[in-house]
Amino acid sequence: MGILDSIPHVHAVPSHRPWPRAVVTEVGWQAAIDRLVEGGLTLLGFWGEPTAVHMAMLDGGSAEIAVVTYECTAGAFPSVASRHPPALRLERTIHDLFGLVPDGADDLRPDLRPDLRPWLDHHAWGQSYPLSGRNASRDVRPYQFLPAEGEALHQVAVGPVHAGIIEPGHFRFTANGEHVVRLEQWLGYTHKGIEQLMQGADLEAAAKLANRTSGDSAVAYAFAFARAAEAALDIQVPRRANHLRALMAELERLANHFGDIGAICNDASFALMHAQTGILRERTLRAADAAFGHRLMMDVVVPGGVARDIAADGLMALRTLLAEINKVFPRLIELYDNTASLQDRTVTTGIVKADYARQFGAGGYVGRASGRGFDARRTLAYAPYDELSFEVPVLDTGDVNARVWIRIREVEQSVGLIAQILDLMEPGEIRTAPAAGRGGCEGLALTEAFRGDVLAWLRLDGELRVERCHLRDASWFQWPLLETAIEGNIIADFPLCNKSFNCSYSGADL
Amino acid sequence: MRKTLLESLTHGSLTEPAPAPDDSALAELAAKVDRAAQARLGRSLAIREVDAGSCNGCELEIHALSNAFYDVERFGLRFVASPRHADVLLVTGPVTKNMRQALERTYNATPDPKWVVAVGGCAIDGGIFRGSYACVGGVSETVPVDLHIKGCPPSPTDLLKGLLALLEHVSGKR
Repeated sequence: MGILDSIPHVHAVPSHRPWPRAVVTEVGWQAAIDRLVEGGLTLLGFWGEPTAVHMAMLDGGSAEIAVVTYECTAGAFPSVASRHPPALRLERTIHDLFGLVPDGADDLRPDLRPDLRPWLDHHAWGQSYPLSGRNASRDVRPYQFLPAEGEALHQVAVGPVHAGIIEPGHFRFTANGEHVVRLEQWLGYTHKGIEQLMQGADLEAAAKLANRTSGDSAVAYAFAFARAAEAALDIQVPRRANHLRALMAELERLANHFGDIGAICNDASFALMHAQTGILRERTLRAADAAFGHRLMMDVVVPGGVARDIAADGLMALRTLLAEINKVFPRLIELYDNTASLQDRTVTTGIVKADYARQFGAGGYVGRASGRGFDARRTLAYAPYDELSFEVPVLDTGDVNARVWIRIREVEQSVGLIAQILDLMEPGEIRTAPAAGRGGCEGLALTEAFRGDVLAWLRLDGELRVERCHLRDASWFQWPLLETAIEGNIIADFPLCNKSFNCSYSGADL
Repeated sequence: MRKTLLESLTHGSLTEPAPAPDDSALAELAAKVDRAAQARLGRSLAIREVDAGSCNGCELEIHALSNAFYDVERFGLRFVASPRHADVLLVTGPVTKNMRQALERTYNATPDPKWVVAVGGCAIDGGIFRGSYACVGGVSETVPVDLHIKGCPPSPTDLLKGLLALLEHVSGKR
């Protein structure tokens, strides 16, 4: 039974691929929210248009996805977040960008009223509701952080400019002595208006924007965007292109996991690991550069395939890299496992409860360290992962240590995947030209980035220009869990918790 | 751990020879850096990195400067935690409107003499985010810039060339 069988809808949109999209009335919208609240479905995405809102939902059991659309003829839609908390930041964003109002005004319970505090909008843009197409003014009041009251409590405000070389965001800690009783994040500092820049862009320009949504996941974003465009246009990508894409995606995963494992240990004052993984990360980036001409492999994955084939000496560079990792990495795992001062900081620190991971549909190592086994490469089995053999490691302790171990196991899996792809790769075409003349088509894709699933949804016009594109980083559903993970821990453990999540700012701010 | 440490001792250093300072950067700096300021600094610069809305790509490569291959500290270049300790602001991103005030405040909090280095294509003119309602577009529209380092993102070697040019110029060696 499909997802839409249990959700009353008006009609399905025929040109939406590969999963269905249906327009619903309030009854259907509420039925969809019911399914989310019950836990039968997981919220994958929630985004706006000037006069409509869309929700993408996943049935984890059947690996089915569906999108429901509510047309906001009166500029309002029934609030999702007031019944299903994972939708909260997305709902506030929809209000910031489009001025659409989540409607729950008839609910007298103050906790359940829609939260209209600005999220991305810091009143600095010079206009309200920039994607609404109309000029309306917005109430400008100082941002209200959630209260935490008590005689012994004090607040610590951190950011947006942090002490390290990291992205900007604001953290408001309320602490009782050293213990954090509440953390509230306020992001939006890196909001660049990507969704508006996408509108009217051709596929090439839009792919470049997608590449730069979150620099550490450049390949994953380009991959997701390309797959969404290919789904919309209903084109098949050559087999070799798929292999090259997966090579790049796994190299990106390796580089990021090396960086993170080292950085987490560094935040626990164990610099040796940081130095060693820094070497592996650099070797990975150099191999990527040798093979694909760019250290972060930007602009190589494009709609239809890849823009360039692997360089002649790239294969050797990758094989040398794998040999180096296989030689050094086992020793680093042992080092991590046998260093009591590290374990002391990482074990039982910053626990994400399995219930939360499931409710929020947390992806990547955050979800998999807390018992949620979703991995787009496995669950949705897109090419070429459908023909590759790999495991998806899952743990259930949910602490910093578990998130480190998931990364360690994923490094091993990525090494195995790269080796398999190198053996499987055959000469062939690397790009299918997008076919012009298919008007008004829509595509949806999920691609597994190193930190979790990236969702890309787009609508193309007849000239192959983007009418509307929405990109959703895994961080949207991970950031709120960081707020819960730090509770009861000491402030000094925040860097460790934060690094073990390594959520994207740019990816979540867009 | 013992094996790892011993092997580190017996293996040669991974650190690579320094690239030559970037000539175009030297030319850009020649016009900007105040001679009087040069005398006040030794061959050492404290750098405060400010992400003013980048995609994080530049930050990844700035991080790489500290790894064993580039080892930026051997040149007396250090990343510091506060603008109060900094000689140089290394700024990335198309400067989002939401970050403009924070960048201005960071600049004002940095003691004189100070230099601003804009890193990456976005920091020069907004790059692919130019024209967005949410971006200012270019660091120099918010704070005065002494040096631009191009690239999307610039490689660690490109960054090192630019920073070495700054160091050479500031210390008056050239």
